[in-house]
Amino acid sequence: MSAQILAVALILGQLMLGASLLCATYRLMAGPRAQDRVLGLDSLYVNAMLMLLLFGIRTGKTVYFEAALIIAILGFTATMALAKFLMRGEVIE
Amino acid sequence: MTIGAELPAWAAIAVAVLVLAGAAMALVGAIGLLRFGSFYDRLHPPTLGTSAGTVLICAASILCFSVLGTRLSVHEMLIVLFMTVTTPVTFMLLARAALYRDRIEGNPDVPQSDG
Repeated sequence: MSAQILAVALILGQLMLGASLLCATYRLMAGPRAQDRVLGLDSLYVNAMLMLLLFGIRTGKTVYFEAALIIAILGFTATMALAKFLMRGEVIE
Repeated sequence: MTIGAELPAWAAIAVAVLVLAGAAMALVGAIGLLRFGSFYDRLHPPTLGTSAGTVLICAASILCFSVLGTRLSVHEMLIVLFMTVTTPVTFMLLARAALYRDRIEGNPDVPQSDG
């Protein structure tokens, strides 16, 4: 019984996160301006990281946790660099 | 589908509730990102996913692996800590960059000075 509850909840959670990924992808594609695209990319990587955590719970492996941590760190760096680029036109001055 | 059989019922139900709540938070944030009108409005809703969504799903993961491994497994706290520290920094920087661009273009919808 508990296995079915957990399986259904994980599938529902992954569907919801998939819908969030679609919303973020639309914002990434549609813009309308560059800062909206950066915001969509930021939301995309956060939702992908949550999705990886759910994969980790489903399979019981810790590999997914490490991938999620790396996505969190690299996503932060990417958004910082893009915001810096939007402000100054260069990343490293 | 290998994990549910070994979890006791109370832990499975708690993990299920936490996962559903976290994913729902992320979905609400993403819908807000889709529907709000201006960039400065759209800046707010994704933080639902980065704060509440991350905390709830990481709590589900901590509970699941702590019960399964019969020891405390807290390394998901690293993700929570990191997201809590970095999200305000990135969004403040992004908002300042957008404000700078709008001021350069002479957009009348944004205030022209910080004073």
